[in-house]
Amino acid sequence: MEHKVIGKSVERWDAIAKVTGRANYTGDIPQKELLYGKICRAKIAHGRVKNMDISEALKVPGVVKILTPDDVPEISFPTAGHPYSLDPKFADVADRRILTRNVRLYGDEIAAVIAESELAAEIAVSKIKVEYEEYEFYLTPEEALKEGAVEIHEGTKNIIADTTLEIGDLDSGFKEADIIIEDICATPIVQHCQMENQIAYAYKDVDNRWVCVSSTQIPHIVRRVLGQAFGMPWGRFRVIKPFIGGGFGNKQDIVVEPLAVAMSMAVGGKAVMLDLHREEVFAWTRVRHAISYKIKMGFTNDGIITALDIDAISNNGAYASHGHSIVSKGSGIVTAIYKVPNYRYRGRTVYTNTAAAGAMRAYGTPQITYALETFMNKFSIMTGIDQFELRAKNFTKVNDENPVLHMTQHSMSLRECLDKGRQIFNWDEKRKSIDESKDSDFVRGLGMAAFAYTSGAYPKTMEIAGCRLVLNQDGSIKMMMGATEIGQGADTVFSQMVADTVGIPFEWVIADAVTDTDIAPFDTGAYASRQTFVSGMAVKKAAVELKEKILEASYHFSKKTNKVTVDDMDIVDGNIIQKHDGQIIESLGDLALKTYYNMHEGHCLTADVSNRCTKNAYPYGVTLAEVEVDKKTGKVEVLSILNVHDSGKIINPLLASGQVEGGMAQGLGYGLSEELKYDEKTGKPLNNNLLDYKMPTFMDIPDLGVSFVEIDDPVGPYGNKSLGEPPLCSPAPALRNAIIDALGIYVKDIPVTPQKIIEALSENREV
Amino acid sequence: MLKTINCTINGKVMELQVDVRESLLDMLRNRLHLTGTKQGCGVGECGACAVLIDGQTLDSCIYLAVWADGKDVVTIEGLTGTDGSLSDLQQNFVDKGAIQCGFCTPGFVVSATALLDKKPNPTKAEIRRGLSGNLCRCTGYTKILDAVEATAEQRRNK
Repeated sequence: MEHKVIGKSVERWDAIAKVTGRANYTGDIPQKELLYGKICRAKIAHGRVKNMDISEALKVPGVVKILTPDDVPEISFPTAGHPYSLDPKFADVADRRILTRNVRLYGDEIAAVIAESELAAEIAVSKIKVEYEEYEFYLTPEEALKEGAVEIHEGTKNIIADTTLEIGDLDSGFKEADIIIEDICATPIVQHCQMENQIAYAYKDVDNRWVCVSSTQIPHIVRRVLGQAFGMPWGRFRVIKPFIGGGFGNKQDIVVEPLAVAMSMAVGGKAVMLDLHREEVFAWTRVRHAISYKIKMGFTNDGIITALDIDAISNNGAYASHGHSIVSKGSGIVTAIYKVPNYRYRGRTVYTNTAAAGAMRAYGTPQITYALETFMNKFSIMTGIDQFELRAKNFTKVNDENPVLHMTQHSMSLRECLDKGRQIFNWDEKRKSIDESKDSDFVRGLGMAAFAYTSGAYPKTMEIAGCRLVLNQDGSIKMMMGATEIGQGADTVFSQMVADTVGIPFEWVIADAVTDTDIAPFDTGAYASRQTFVSGMAVKKAAVELKEKILEASYHFSKKTNKVTVDDMDIVDGNIIQKHDGQIIESLGDLALKTYYNMHEGHCLTADVSNRCTKNAYPYGVTLAEVEVDKKTGKVEVLSILNVHDSGKIINPLLASGQVEGGMAQGLGYGLSEELKYDEKTGKPLNNNLLDYKMPTFMDIPDLGVSFVEIDDPVGPYGNKSLGEPPLCSPAPALRNAIIDALGIYVKDIPVTPQKIIEALSENREV
Repeated sequence: MLKTINCTINGKVMELQVDVRESLLDMLRNRLHLTGTKQGCGVGECGACAVLIDGQTLDSCIYLAVWADGKDVVTIEGLTGTDGSLSDLQQNFVDKGAIQCGFCTPGFVVSATALLDKKPNPTKAEIRRGLSGNLCRCTGYTKILDAVEATAEQRRNK
């Protein structure tokens, strides 16, 4: 199908507002008599609040009220940004209170101050006196699982879930193997570092309902969880999302909203703002799960996988949040990329006294991809089988059914991605040049890694999306989405879909700067790279419906004077035309005026679609990397890095390459520098700030290569598959593999920091 | 304690009463509603609050409002034409796709404006170093680099 707007790098609709500073984020919207909230955080890592004395804090000038756990509902609620589960068996774990006496991590939320200024609130927080009963604390799952460990949540033995999935016959799979590799590896706790901190404010509206304005990826889910947290009908809450300064999954969770509302409720509905500091966002919102893997993998001499046994332990931190779904996701990712006839995947998700781990870009996939691709690399080194060929031999194929997700794969161009990558990266020339170079203190190496991902969350959860289109009086179209623009450009891409499908210029589609649960159609929000795929289906359906209505109306109004049939009508560049000769019947604006104002038949043309998606499509890709390592200092320089993606049809190439570059930079940080660390003596986070936590700066990111293999996916609404999360799945293992290629020594875990390199070199660990 | 300061903000001469503990960022955002300048960390690590003070890029979150007495302050709002027109650099941020969530964008535009004033022909390495005080988590910095390079090139060819 020929596209006029899809596939074009149109300018994102909000770019000018953002580049001039006119785009309003949550903290930019003025409120009358705004009050400020600050959280009093526990100074121990595990225990109970025995006593709290707020008398001195109350004397601080400007303090309006102090909330303790006695002042908020005694209701436990879930926080994950998942769709509601009608089956209680699959409901999210409800282990969170708005404020708590049970301290489960250093910094847990034990009280909150409401004051006339942020400063007064901070001073008051410092004057709250707390007496604790302290328990032993655990920073790793291994410690939390030891015999006799104190339960972080009563009755759990510190295990959120422990599941094992088996396919085929593992024992016979290992018997068939010529070569078996066994090893362990681990990934770190990392943080999203979206530039806008978590922030929300709440007030009582003119209709006596509670409004929460929040920087969230999931407005409709926030509304539901507020209802759950307060034990009130969900319709009593309204959630509004203005422009949002990034999320990456950190804001796919309910963190600040219930407390913001509780604070407003405590002061008669006045507006109260809860604006977290960067240090709080790092340590006390959400992080990525650190997962350790014990893996046994069997291959034939030719490199065909015969059996794979994975035992994954996931550090979920102090609260369940997204919980077991993260480590579970890995099980189906393995079988999306490689054929594994005999397979066991055990996943355990464990409470510890560290930051609650939730959703983060690519949802468990960077972890499993790291583990899997270091093993593929190891086998390639052991046998000398070419890295690319080894992987390609084991790839799944079109029409294969994923035995874990039970979804058929409709397109798979990973082989093409490998070939394209190898060629444009000049892999073979680089290989030759490296092999011929003489030993010195600076050594170069090559590494690669492939990945699979999913488009949306079906069939793990239901998938529903909404789109409402209204034909305006001048022929422009108002587009209302429940899906959430969080910086990725979703609204621009949806607008392209509408323009392309209806047949109007891109500029005629009007998007929303705000998502408001009172107005926006229901959609579960921005996560799982679901929006262009799942919400895109709703957009397409609505656009097709509106176009039909427009053509029928035009036919109806003009049939007396024009003999053309609806089948011979189309809309091109905003004009209704006769298909057979291209002649313009009327402009869309003229038709719109008639539909609005005809004395006898006037009506506004709309399409309001709520679409359930029961499909998934697997996007794929590969990272190729070349590094130079300084053997004296352990410093790694990334000389070149390339991502090649199979995401089906690319809707907006400029936005798409921006997604890939951003994801690659995050993957680079994941592989080389980022890790949230804790003090083993106190359980206190050590580097919860942007100085000590090594998120890549401008100087750390080399030129990034981006390429696509564009083959339409048959189920994607416009041939497209997901792209938002995939780019960060494979850079970390590719970089790690390049480093060990350079050094000829073994480095197990990421981030591969200079310290780890120097340690490995001094021990001369063999690959 | 309040103190009166006199300064120029985006070309406008102003007399302001400020708290001596107040940051320039809070003064701009809360008193003058110049909310284009963002707070990402509050401690001078991320550059989202960058403004120009007498032509120098500074993080307004760690610059006291009282220090602005007698100074010329330019924010993102002051870099945009009074008729709303974009500067060449802003236009290149738009054209090159350098904007995603947009929260770091005002700070980057401010820093890159000063960088190009000082170094009209920066190398890639100079751009990377010159903008390393601004963090971005969305873009991988690539298209920001493209926008700055394109601006320098266009100015050269004028």
